[in-house]
Amino acid sequence: MAKKFMYINRKAPYGTIYALESLEVVLIGAAFDQDVSLAFIGDGVYQLTKGQDTKAIGQKNFSPVYSALGDYEVTKIYIEKESLEERGLTLDDLQHLVWEDEDEDYAEKDSIRLVSRAELADVLDEQDVLLSF
Amino acid sequence: MPIEANGKVFETDEEGYLSNLNEWEPAVATAMAEAEDCTLTDEHWDIINFLREYYEEYQIAPAVRVLTKAVGKKLGKDKGNSKYLYELFPYGPGKQACKYAGLPKPTGCV
Repeated sequence: MAKKFMYINRKAPYGTIYALESLEVVLIGAAFDQDVSLAFIGDGVYQLTKGQDTKAIGQKNFSPVYSALGDYEVTKIYIEKESLEERGLTLDDLQHLVWEDEDEDYAEKDSIRLVSRAELADVLDEQDVLLSF
Repeated sequence: MPIEANGKVFETDEEGYLSNLNEWEPAVATAMAEAEDCTLTDEHWDIINFLREYYEEYQIAPAVRVLTKAVGKKLGKDKGNSKYLYELFPYGPGKQACKYAGLPKPTGCV
Protein backbone atom coordinates (compact mmCIF):
# COMPACT_ATOMS: atom_id res chain seq x y z
CA MET A 1 0.00 0.00 0.00
CA ALA A 2 1.23 3.47 -0.83
CA LYS A 3 2.41 5.45 2.15
CA LYS A 4 1.79 9.14 2.58
CA PHE A 5 5.09 10.98 2.31
CA MET A 6 5.33 14.65 3.20
CA TYR A 7 8.44 16.71 2.42
CA ILE A 8 8.62 19.84 4.55
CA ASN A 9 10.68 22.66 3.09
CA ARG A 10 11.78 25.28 5.60
CA LYS A 11 14.79 27.10 4.18
CA ALA A 12 15.51 29.77 1.57
CA PRO A 13 16.48 28.24 -1.80
CA TYR A 14 20.16 29.21 -1.94
CA GLY A 15 22.85 29.54 0.71
CA THR A 16 22.31 26.01 1.94
CA ILE A 17 21.87 22.79 -0.04
CA TYR A 18 18.60 21.81 1.67
CA ALA A 19 16.15 23.08 -0.95
CA LEU A 20 17.91 21.45 -3.88
CA GLU A 21 18.48 18.21 -1.98
CA SER A 22 14.82 18.07 -1.01
CA LEU A 23 13.78 18.56 -4.63
CA GLU A 24 16.08 15.78 -5.81
CA VAL A 25 14.80 13.38 -3.17
CA VAL A 26 11.21 14.23 -4.16
CA LEU A 27 11.95 13.52 -7.83
CA ILE A 28 13.67 10.24 -7.03
CA GLY A 29 11.00 9.23 -4.53
CA ALA A 30 8.23 9.99 -7.03
CA ALA A 31 9.36 6.93 -9.01
CA PHE A 32 8.21 4.66 -6.19
CA ASP A 33 4.48 5.28 -6.49
CA GLN A 34 3.94 6.80 -3.08
CA ASP A 35 1.43 9.44 -2.13
CA VAL A 36 3.69 12.50 -2.09
CA SER A 37 2.95 15.97 -0.73
CA LEU A 38 5.18 18.99 -0.26
CA ALA A 39 4.84 21.73 2.31
CA PHE A 40 6.57 25.10 2.22
CA ILE A 41 6.78 26.89 5.53
CA GLY A 42 8.93 29.65 7.02
CA ASP A 43 11.66 30.83 4.65
CA GLY A 44 10.84 27.75 2.55
CA VAL A 45 8.15 29.79 0.78
CA TYR A 46 10.97 31.70 -0.96
CA GLN A 47 11.81 28.51 -2.88
CA LEU A 48 8.73 29.01 -5.05
CA THR A 49 9.07 32.73 -5.73
CA LYS A 50 8.89 33.86 -9.36
CA GLY A 51 11.73 35.49 -11.25
CA GLN A 52 14.68 33.98 -9.40
CA ASP A 53 18.03 35.13 -10.78
CA THR A 54 21.13 33.36 -9.48
CA LYS A 55 23.75 34.83 -11.84
CA ALA A 56 25.39 36.95 -9.17
CA ILE A 57 25.95 33.99 -6.84
CA GLY A 58 27.20 31.67 -9.58
CA GLN A 59 24.70 28.90 -8.87
CA LYS A 60 22.22 27.15 -11.09
CA ASN A 61 18.70 28.54 -10.85
CA PHE A 62 16.75 25.36 -10.16
CA SER A 63 13.38 27.05 -9.68
CA PRO A 64 12.08 25.89 -13.13
CA VAL A 65 12.27 22.32 -11.82
CA TYR A 66 9.28 22.94 -9.52
CA SER A 67 7.05 23.31 -12.58
CA ALA A 68 7.98 19.74 -13.60
CA LEU A 69 6.59 18.30 -10.34
CA GLY A 70 3.19 17.81 -11.95
CA ASP A 71 4.81 15.50 -14.54
CA TYR A 72 6.10 13.45 -11.61
CA GLU A 73 2.57 13.17 -10.24
CA VAL A 74 3.37 15.42 -7.32
CA THR A 75 0.14 17.37 -7.22
CA LYS A 76 -0.27 18.42 -3.58
CA ILE A 77 1.80 21.44 -2.66
CA TYR A 78 0.86 23.10 0.61
CA ILE A 79 1.85 26.70 1.30
CA GLU A 80 1.46 28.01 4.81
CA LYS A 81 -0.54 31.22 4.75
CA GLU A 82 1.06 32.77 7.83
CA SER A 83 4.57 32.19 6.47
CA LEU A 84 3.68 34.10 3.31
CA GLU A 85 2.06 36.94 5.24
CA GLU A 86 4.95 37.26 7.69
CA ARG A 87 7.23 37.85 4.68
CA GLY A 88 4.94 40.30 2.92
CA LEU A 89 4.26 37.79 0.13
CA THR A 90 1.06 36.60 -1.54
CA LEU A 91 0.36 33.67 -3.86
CA ASP A 92 0.91 36.07 -6.78
CA ASP A 93 4.59 36.22 -5.84
CA LEU A 94 4.91 32.45 -6.26
CA GLN A 95 5.05 30.26 -9.35
CA HIS A 96 1.71 29.01 -10.53
CA LEU A 97 2.17 25.23 -10.31
CA VAL A 98 -0.24 22.95 -12.10
CA TRP A 99 -0.59 19.32 -13.08
CA GLU A 100 -2.30 17.82 -16.12
CA ASP A 101 -5.08 15.33 -15.59
CA GLU A 102 -4.60 12.66 -18.25
CA ASP A 103 -8.08 11.30 -17.59
CA GLU A 104 -9.63 14.66 -18.43
CA ASP A 105 -7.84 15.35 -21.71
CA TYR A 106 -4.82 16.87 -19.95
CA ALA A 107 -6.87 19.53 -18.19
CA GLU A 108 -4.61 21.74 -16.06
CA LYS A 109 -5.35 21.70 -12.35
CA ASP A 110 -3.84 23.73 -9.53
CA SER A 111 -1.25 21.97 -7.39
CA ILE A 112 -0.89 24.74 -4.83
CA ARG A 113 -3.06 24.66 -1.71
CA LEU A 114 -2.92 27.66 0.59
CA VAL A 115 -3.51 26.50 4.16
CA SER A 116 -3.37 28.07 7.59
CA ARG A 117 -0.88 26.91 10.21
CA ALA A 118 -3.65 25.02 12.00
CA GLU A 119 -4.87 23.34 8.79
CA LEU A 120 -1.33 22.32 7.89
CA ALA A 121 -0.93 20.73 11.31
CA ASP A 122 -3.92 18.52 10.48
CA VAL A 123 -2.41 17.58 7.10
CA LEU A 124 0.88 16.66 8.79
CA ASP A 125 -1.02 14.54 11.26
CA GLU A 126 -2.41 12.39 8.40
CA GLN A 127 1.04 11.50 7.01
CA ASP A 128 2.94 8.24 7.44
CA VAL A 129 6.37 9.74 6.81
CA LEU A 130 7.59 13.32 7.39
CA LEU A 131 10.89 14.44 5.89
CA SER A 132 12.12 17.84 6.98
CA PHE A 133 14.57 19.90 4.93
CA MET B 1 36.64 9.76 -22.39
CA PRO B 2 36.47 12.73 -24.77
CA ILE B 3 34.43 12.29 -27.93
CA GLU B 4 35.32 13.63 -31.38
CA ALA B 5 32.65 15.13 -33.61
CA ASN B 6 32.64 17.63 -36.43
CA GLY B 7 36.44 18.02 -36.14
CA LYS B 8 36.21 19.08 -32.49
CA VAL B 9 36.87 17.33 -29.20
CA PHE B 10 34.17 17.31 -26.52
CA GLU B 11 34.85 16.49 -22.87
CA THR B 12 32.63 13.87 -21.26
CA ASP B 13 32.37 12.43 -17.77
CA GLU B 14 33.38 8.88 -16.88
CA GLU B 15 30.02 7.54 -18.07
CA GLY B 16 30.17 9.31 -21.42
CA TYR B 17 27.81 12.21 -20.66
CA LEU B 18 28.80 15.55 -22.12
CA SER B 19 30.61 17.69 -19.52
CA ASN B 20 29.27 20.99 -20.78
CA LEU B 21 25.78 20.73 -22.21
CA ASN B 22 26.07 24.16 -23.84
CA GLU B 23 28.68 22.72 -26.21
CA TRP B 24 26.20 20.22 -27.66
CA GLU B 25 25.59 20.07 -31.39
CA PRO B 26 23.82 17.41 -33.47
CA ALA B 27 27.16 15.93 -34.56
CA VAL B 28 27.83 15.00 -30.92
CA ALA B 29 24.72 12.84 -30.85
CA THR B 30 25.67 11.19 -34.12
CA ALA B 31 29.19 10.44 -32.90
CA MET B 32 27.97 9.05 -29.57
CA ALA B 33 25.46 6.86 -31.39
CA GLU B 34 28.08 5.56 -33.83
CA ALA B 35 30.29 4.59 -30.92
CA GLU B 36 27.42 2.39 -29.69
CA ASP B 37 26.61 0.98 -33.17
CA CYS B 38 23.37 2.93 -33.34
CA THR B 39 22.25 4.81 -36.47
CA LEU B 40 20.07 7.79 -35.65
CA THR B 41 16.76 7.96 -37.52
CA ASP B 42 14.15 10.73 -37.55
CA GLU B 43 12.39 8.85 -34.75
CA HIS B 44 15.53 9.03 -32.61
CA TRP B 45 15.86 12.74 -33.34
CA ASP B 46 12.25 13.37 -32.29
CA ILE B 47 13.10 12.05 -28.83
CA ILE B 48 16.50 13.78 -28.64
CA ASN B 49 14.99 17.13 -29.63
CA PHE B 50 12.13 16.59 -27.23
CA LEU B 51 14.57 15.98 -24.37
CA ARG B 52 16.51 19.12 -25.18
CA GLU B 53 13.30 21.17 -25.14
CA TYR B 54 12.26 19.57 -21.87
CA TYR B 55 15.60 20.42 -20.29
CA GLU B 56 15.47 23.97 -21.62
CA GLU B 57 12.10 24.49 -19.93
CA TYR B 58 12.46 22.54 -16.68
CA GLN B 59 16.26 22.31 -16.16
CA ILE B 60 16.13 18.57 -15.53
CA ALA B 61 16.45 15.39 -17.53
CA PRO B 62 13.09 13.67 -17.01
CA ALA B 63 12.76 10.20 -15.47
CA VAL B 64 11.80 7.48 -17.96
CA ARG B 65 8.24 7.33 -16.68
CA VAL B 66 7.86 11.08 -17.10
CA LEU B 67 9.50 11.00 -20.52
CA THR B 68 7.15 8.25 -21.65
CA LYS B 69 4.08 10.15 -20.59
CA ALA B 70 5.28 13.44 -22.05
CA VAL B 71 6.21 11.84 -25.38
CA GLY B 72 2.73 10.30 -25.50
CA LYS B 73 1.21 13.71 -25.14
CA LYS B 74 3.50 15.48 -27.62
CA LEU B 75 4.13 12.82 -30.28
CA GLY B 76 1.09 10.56 -29.89
CA LYS B 77 0.07 7.64 -27.71
CA ASP B 78 1.65 5.10 -30.12
CA LYS B 79 5.05 6.57 -29.23
CA GLY B 80 4.37 7.21 -25.56
CA ASN B 81 5.08 3.70 -24.34
CA SER B 82 8.20 2.04 -23.06
CA LYS B 83 8.25 -0.63 -25.80
CA TYR B 84 8.59 2.00 -28.51
CA LEU B 85 11.21 3.97 -26.57
CA TYR B 86 13.27 0.90 -25.65
CA GLU B 87 13.29 -0.24 -29.29
CA LEU B 88 14.81 3.10 -30.24
CA PHE B 89 17.14 3.25 -27.25
CA PRO B 90 17.91 -0.30 -26.09
CA TYR B 91 20.31 0.95 -23.38
CA GLY B 92 17.37 2.72 -21.77
CA PRO B 93 15.60 5.81 -23.10
CA GLY B 94 16.54 7.78 -20.01
CA LYS B 95 20.25 7.05 -20.05
CA GLN B 96 20.96 6.63 -23.74
CA ALA B 97 18.72 9.33 -25.20
CA CYS B 98 19.72 11.86 -22.53
CA LYS B 99 23.36 11.15 -23.25
CA TYR B 100 22.95 11.72 -27.00
CA ALA B 101 20.99 14.90 -26.24
CA GLY B 102 23.90 16.20 -24.17
CA LEU B 103 21.90 16.21 -20.93
CA PRO B 104 23.05 14.96 -17.55
CA LYS B 105 21.94 11.50 -16.46
CA PRO B 106 18.30 11.66 -15.32
CA THR B 107 17.80 12.25 -11.63
CA GLY B 108 17.02 8.93 -10.00
CA CYS B 109 18.71 6.88 -12.70
CA VAL B 110 21.37 4.62 -11.20
